[in-house]
Amino acid sequence: MNTKVISLVSIGAHPTSGRSRRAEQDARAVELGLQLAGDNLQVLHAGDPQEPALRAYLGMGLAQLDVLEQPPGADALGVLGDYLREAGAQLVLTGSQAETGEGSGMLPFLLAERLGWPLVVGLAEVESIHNGVALVLQALPRGQRRRLKVRLPLLATVDNAAPKPRQSAFGPARRGVLAARTVEIVEDELLEGAELQPAKPRPKRLKVIKAKSGADRMKAATAKASGGGGQVLKGVSPEAGAQAILKLLVEEGVLR
Amino acid sequence: MLNTLLPILLFAALGLAVLGAVRRLRMWRQGRPAAVDLLGGLLAMPRRYMVDLHHVVARDKYMANTHVATAGGFVLAAVLAILVHGFGLHNRILGYALLFATVLMFGGALFVFKRRLDPPSRLSKGPWMRLPKSLLVFAATFFIATLPVAGLLPEGFGGWLLAGLLGLGVLWGVSELFFGMTWGGPMKHAFAGALHLAWHRRAERFGGGRSTGLKALDLNDPQAPLGVEKPRDFTWNQLLGFDACVQCGKCEAACPAFAAGQPLNPKKLIQDMVVGLAGGTDARFAGSPYPGKPLGEHGGNLHQPIVNGLVDADTLWSCTTCRACVEECPMMIEHVDAIVDMRRHLTLEKGATPNKGAEVLDNLIATDNPGGFAPGGRMNWAADLNLDVLADKQSTDVLFWVGDGAFDMRNQRTLRAFVKVLNAAGVDFAVLGLEERDSGDVARRLGDEATFQQLAKRNIQMLSKYSFKRIVTCDPHSFHVLKNEYGAFGGEYPVQHHSSYIAELIAANRLNLGEHKGASVTYHDPCYLGRYNGEYEAPRQVLRALGIEVKEMQRSGLRSRCCGGGGGAPITDIPGKQRIPDMRMDDIRETGAELVAVGCPQCTAMLEGVVEPRPLIKDLAELVADVLLDAPLASKPLADTREPAEVH
Repeated sequence: MNTKVISLVSIGAHPTSGRSRRAEQDARAVELGLQLAGDNLQVLHAGDPQEPALRAYLGMGLAQLDVLEQPPGADALGVLGDYLREAGAQLVLTGSQAETGEGSGMLPFLLAERLGWPLVVGLAEVESIHNGVALVLQALPRGQRRRLKVRLPLLATVDNAAPKPRQSAFGPARRGVLAARTVEIVEDELLEGAELQPAKPRPKRLKVIKAKSGADRMKAATAKASGGGGQVLKGVSPEAGAQAILKLLVEEGVLR
Repeated sequence: MLNTLLPILLFAALGLAVLGAVRRLRMWRQGRPAAVDLLGGLLAMPRRYMVDLHHVVARDKYMANTHVATAGGFVLAAVLAILVHGFGLHNRILGYALLFATVLMFGGALFVFKRRLDPPSRLSKGPWMRLPKSLLVFAATFFIATLPVAGLLPEGFGGWLLAGLLGLGVLWGVSELFFGMTWGGPMKHAFAGALHLAWHRRAERFGGGRSTGLKALDLNDPQAPLGVEKPRDFTWNQLLGFDACVQCGKCEAACPAFAAGQPLNPKKLIQDMVVGLAGGTDARFAGSPYPGKPLGEHGGNLHQPIVNGLVDADTLWSCTTCRACVEECPMMIEHVDAIVDMRRHLTLEKGATPNKGAEVLDNLIATDNPGGFAPGGRMNWAADLNLDVLADKQSTDVLFWVGDGAFDMRNQRTLRAFVKVLNAAGVDFAVLGLEERDSGDVARRLGDEATFQQLAKRNIQMLSKYSFKRIVTCDPHSFHVLKNEYGAFGGEYPVQHHSSYIAELIAANRLNLGEHKGASVTYHDPCYLGRYNGEYEAPRQVLRALGIEVKEMQRSGLRSRCCGGGGGAPITDIPGKQRIPDMRMDDIRETGAELVAVGCPQCTAMLEGVVEPRPLIKDLAELVADVLLDAPLASKPLADTREPAEVH
């Protein structure tokens, strides 16, 4: 396959010990990339090239990992965008959300916006790439899959629906090269001015079990989530559609 | 006529044997270099052969006597035959000596022959079925040919016919016994075996020593191979060791994985390595194949990767590293070392640790325990016990190494029982608390030498901060690693298993014990305590002190069968026809015991995983804690006896 595939990786943190490691979802992005492009896969990280956790990605069998050298807290968005454009990337894979740092999960969206590329969230499988069009499967809740036809270049995030990452081995991890490259350092003004505080667990809606029988419970557990009050707008003008969306957002209290 | 024919045959066979020996030596030397005392080893070899090796063989008296007669007779006969018939020293005394040697050899060979009439399945057939006949022919022909030398028959007796027959017999005999010895016949075991004993990779095993710790990989040298990929990546004396195999199948009979129908047979594995050494396929292997894997589909040579050519990966991952094969092997071949060497390549280079292997290794790297539990929870089991932590105390008599069983609710019962025993004996002890890490046992046996060394070095560095008189642990795996494998990284400690320590406390009269009541008891020897460290007696002493008469299993002590929990086998989980712990539970049931005493968290977990109804499983510490009497040992006499008051 001649499509240029780049996987973006970050430094992860183990959920119980907090020790740095390869990030679970990013490792899946590398795995998917390896399955698609094999040795031609390029893996990219923006941050500290001395970070030992990066070697865990090399241990998956990479000869090289490119690092855009940045101090912690710098904004990775601009340098990544410039690099990807220059490198002629056709398919960029990344995890949905970083395990360290801001971990906002916004990077793929902002990057796609900046590059003007389509973004597929929850990529599960790339079925084929022909004439600059990729046929991919997107993961939906409850194991459902949606087949999408997307024009390249394409940015896609992977989550736990993507294939499990292969084991990281010591030999290739030790041999692999962390190729650092100096880039312009952009301060992240938003992060500078922000105040960080530990996240509180999101409050959970109390679960009222209405099911009277085992069959009901089974149905509740397996049935498709039904939106209920949804409304399908067809054949309306853009203005009317926008008006309807705005009305809904106001009703739901998203906009005031 | 024979006087000209015999020397020609003898020297021709000897010459070819020397050629074969040179060729074989060159084959072995294609392996990697090894630090071996070449000359010292050769000098020590006769003693190793006749004492150390004989001790192993002598566990089977029939075979030991047979072998002494046959091999002793053959060596004597060969030397004398070369003198008498080769050099023509027709001396009457030599003649009688040669007659004696051939009779001895013939007698031995008869027993070899008898065993081959209905050979047990562990023995290899094929060319090995021919060997007793060759031995008999060799002994018989040289006997008859020597009769004239001893003056018992006139020269030229029997004429051309007998001379022809004897010539044929000698040809057969020397082909098998001289020529075949170095060109790959069954007698190869004598030649390769002798040199293997001379240049053994664990010379410490001779003279009653013990050497069970795995050898460290050099991780500082980026050029050094990480484990064994191709046969030539073995050290040359390992290759030599494989060649020494006599295919007796004692390893096969002892192997728990083979018995469970998992695709491993230690004998076949060693023979596959011989195929790797000499090149070819396993089609001519004449013993039991790996269960479920037909012969003839695997092959390779010195320069081809072993896995998926010569041997499948699941064969290597079936091993529980219980060392039963190594202890049984009369040639003292090191099967487990070879398996771990090959596993190292799979894990460190290929990243191909099967099933839960990768996850366990990741957990060890990220959380210092194989389960991936939050490291902060390591002391939760002792939340209410007020244990001294060494970081606060700095020095202690006994350092209680808790092990990863701290995270396992079943094992926590054992740990708490042992703390109760320690407190009852008034021992000054402390734990490491959150500073303790996994010992690295399972990482090392899964082939992840890098993670093992990292854990080991960190533990050693941490231990060096404190002073303690000894380490005591309830886990034989930690015990083995701390005792035998940390030394290579500068960590030398006096380490004891809790059974030895409790036995010591009992002997010093520091525990006030009652009697064990009720259930009859058998004892299961953990591999890493017994075969790895030779501790068979202390646990039995402890049980005796509780008033228990142990109902021994047939497979106990040195011959104890693994529970299936060692070497990461529960993690790699290679399917077989049955489970190893189920087989072990059958051994236990056979004794009729209602309770099995264990001394290892792995054994506890594996045996408790057998479906009920089955005997109860209790750790030694629990059994001791159960019968502790509250009253202090040196109890004061009761308050002074009063005069009975008179009542009116």
